[in-house]
Amino acid sequence: MATFLGINLFALSGQLLIGLINGSFYALLALGLAIIFGLLKIINFSQGALYMLGAFGAYLGLNHLGLSYWWALLLVPLAIAAIGILMERTLIRPIANEDHLYSLLLTFGIALILQGLFTHWFGSSGLPYAIPEELKGGTKLPFMYLPNYRAWIIVFSLVVCAGTWYLIEKTKLGAYLRAGTENPQLMQAFGINVPLIVTLTYGFGVGLAGVAGVLAAPVYSVSPEMGSNILIVVFAIVVIGGMGSIGGAILTGLAMGVVEGLTKYFYPEASNTVIFLVMVLVILTRPAGLFGKPA
Amino acid sequence: MKVMQKTLLATAMAATMAITGSANAAGLSDDKVKIGVLVDMGGVYADICGQGCVEAVKMAVEDFGGSVLGKPIEVVSADTQLKPDIGSAIARQWIEQEQVDVINGAVASSVTGAVTKVASDAKKITLIAASASHAFTTKACTPYNAHWTYDVVSLANGTVKPIVQSGKKKWFFVTADYAFGHALESVATGVIKENGGEVVGGVKAPLGTTDFSSYMLQAQASGADVIALANAGTDMVNSLKTAAEFGVTETADVAGLLVFTPNAQALDPNVAGGMKLTTGFYWDMDDETRAWSKRYMARMDNKIPAMPHAGAYSSTMHYLKAVQAAGTDDSDAVMAKMKETPVEDFFSRNGYLRADGRMVHDMLQVRIKKADERANGDDIFAIEQVIKGDDAFLPLSKGGCEFAMAKN
Repeated sequence: MATFLGINLFALSGQLLIGLINGSFYALLALGLAIIFGLLKIINFSQGALYMLGAFGAYLGLNHLGLSYWWALLLVPLAIAAIGILMERTLIRPIANEDHLYSLLLTFGIALILQGLFTHWFGSSGLPYAIPEELKGGTKLPFMYLPNYRAWIIVFSLVVCAGTWYLIEKTKLGAYLRAGTENPQLMQAFGINVPLIVTLTYGFGVGLAGVAGVLAAPVYSVSPEMGSNILIVVFAIVVIGGMGSIGGAILTGLAMGVVEGLTKYFYPEASNTVIFLVMVLVILTRPAGLFGKPA
Repeated sequence: MKVMQKTLLATAMAATMAITGSANAAGLSDDKVKIGVLVDMGGVYADICGQGCVEAVKMAVEDFGGSVLGKPIEVVSADTQLKPDIGSAIARQWIEQEQVDVINGAVASSVTGAVTKVASDAKKITLIAASASHAFTTKACTPYNAHWTYDVVSLANGTVKPIVQSGKKKWFFVTADYAFGHALESVATGVIKENGGEVVGGVKAPLGTTDFSSYMLQAQASGADVIALANAGTDMVNSLKTAAEFGVTETADVAGLLVFTPNAQALDPNVAGGMKLTTGFYWDMDDETRAWSKRYMARMDNKIPAMPHAGAYSSTMHYLKAVQAAGTDDSDAVMAKMKETPVEDFFSRNGYLRADGRMVHDMLQVRIKKADERANGDDIFAIEQVIKGDDAFLPLSKGGCEFAMAKN
C-alpha cells in the first residue's frame, strides 16, 4: 500500500474526498447566510432552524402528501422561501434600520421557538427518512466506497453554489441587487423596487437553507436540534470567508470541509474545534476574512 | 486493621441509622409524601425521560390509590435542561423548602451525579430511572441511591458478550468523547477481552458530531468484525445511518451499546434492521407489558414507552409500597424495606434491590426488526434472549461500593 511519511495515502484520499463532500454542504449553507448578510446586513440566526424545517418538510411531504424526494427537493425550498418572505415582511422589516444586534436577537428568538415547537410536535429523537431508490448503492473507487447519494450531494451543491454566484456577480439582475442594497435611494430614483428586491433576496437566502435541509434528510438524523448543531460552524465559515463575500463563503465552505475531514483522520477529538481555531487565526491576521474587503 | 476500622465504622453508622430510623418512624413527615420528578423537557433526552417519566410516576401514584397511610401523595416535576448545576439547585430547593421526600427521573449521568449528592447529604432517596453510569452503585454509591432501569455494565454485557462468543473477535469503537462514552467503551472493552476478543481501533468523536463518514472509513480500514457505537441519541442515529450508507454494515456487524426505542424508531428499518442491542424493557414483551403500555400510550399521544418510563413507574410503585409497609416516609426505614422486598412487576422480572442500590433484574437482548417483519410503526424489536439479572449487572463484590461491601 502506498504510504508517505507513514501515512496511508489511500486512506488519506478517502478522507479528502469526504472532506470535499461535507465542504460542499457547508458551502451551500454558508452561501445562504453570506447572501443575507452581504446584501441585506441581517445576521440571520434562524438559518439553522430553517435548514431543520427543510429536512422536516421532506419528511412531512413524504409521509402526509406522498411527495417523493425529488418533488421535495423542488417544492420544500420554495415553501421555506415563502416562510422566509413572510418573516421578512412581518418581523424583520420593521427593525431593518436598527442596529444589527436587533435582527440577530430576533432571528435567534425565532430559531428557538421553531426548535421548541418541533420538539413538542415530533419529539427530540428524530424521524426516519430513506435515501431515494435512484441514488441507493455506490461506486467502488480504488481507495474507498463512494455512496451514490454523497456523489449527488457534491454535484448538486456545487451546481447550486456556482449558479448563485453567477447570478449575483455576473448578471444584470445581480447588479441591480448589489446596487439596490448599496444605495437604495438612488436605485429607487431609477424606478427599481428595492423593498421587493430585498424581500426576494431574503427568500432566496433562506430557500438555500431549505435545499440543504432536504439534501441532509436521507443522511443525517432529522431532528429538531440538527440546525443548531451545524449553524455555529457555518457562521464560523462565513466569518473566515469574509462576512458577505459570496465566492468567499463557497470556497471557505469547501476548504473547511477538507480541514475538518483531515482532523477527523489525524486527531478526531479536535474535529469540532479546528474550524474555530482557523477562525481565530484568520481574525487575528486578516480581520475582514480571507475574501472580505476591509471596511 | 484498616478493614476492621471500616467494619466498626459501618456498624456504628448502621446503628445510628437504625436509631434515627426508629425515632422518626411515627408516620409521615409533613403529613404527605411528595415525589419530585427531575427530567429533560426540551433537550435531546426529552423523549427518553421527559414528560413521559412524569406521566409514568403519576400513573403509579394513581394506581396506588393516590394516598399512603391515609395521607395524600403529591407529584411535582422540573426541567434540569440537562445541566448539573440546575439539577442540583432544584433538588436542594425541593428538599430544603418544599418537603420533597424522594426524587425520581434523573436523566443524564452528569446531572444525576450532582442530584444524588445533594439528596444523599439530606438523607433523601433518589430513584434513578434514566442514567447509564454505573458509578451510582459503585464508586459514588450512597445508601440513598436506587439505580433502577439499566447501566453501562448491563448494556455492554448484554450486547457485547454474545457477539464475541459467536466468533466476531475484532472490535472497533466509535465513542462519544465525554464521560458516558468513555465509561461505556472501557466496560465493553473489558467484556471483549474477557471473552477472547480484541480491540483493533477506535475514534473518540465529539458529542454532537453530524457527519460520521470519516470514522466509518477508518472503521472499515481497520478490518474489524464489529463496530461498537459507544454513543447515544442523535450521535448513534447519525453513525448508524452513515455506516449503512458506506456499506460498512455489509462487511461488519454494528452494535449499538445504548439504544432507546425512540432512537430505533428514528431509523429506517432497512438501515437498522438486524442490529442487536440490550434493553431493560420492551413494551411488546408480554400481556403485562402491553397492558401497562397501552395505558401509558393513552396518556402520551400514543407514543410507546421507552425503558426509563417503565422504570420510573416501577420504582415509584416499589417506593410507595415500602412506605406503606414501613409505616413511615423516613428514608432509612423505607430503603431497608425496599431492599428486603423483591421487585416483581410488569417491568422488573426476578428483580431485587441490592445493598449497593443496584436494582438487579432481567435484561432483554433484542434485535431491531427489518421492514418486512414489522406489523406497524411501533413493532420495533424482536426479543432474542433474556439475560438473568445476576449475569447482566456488575456483581456487588466487584463494584467497590464501600458501605455495601462492609455490610455483607
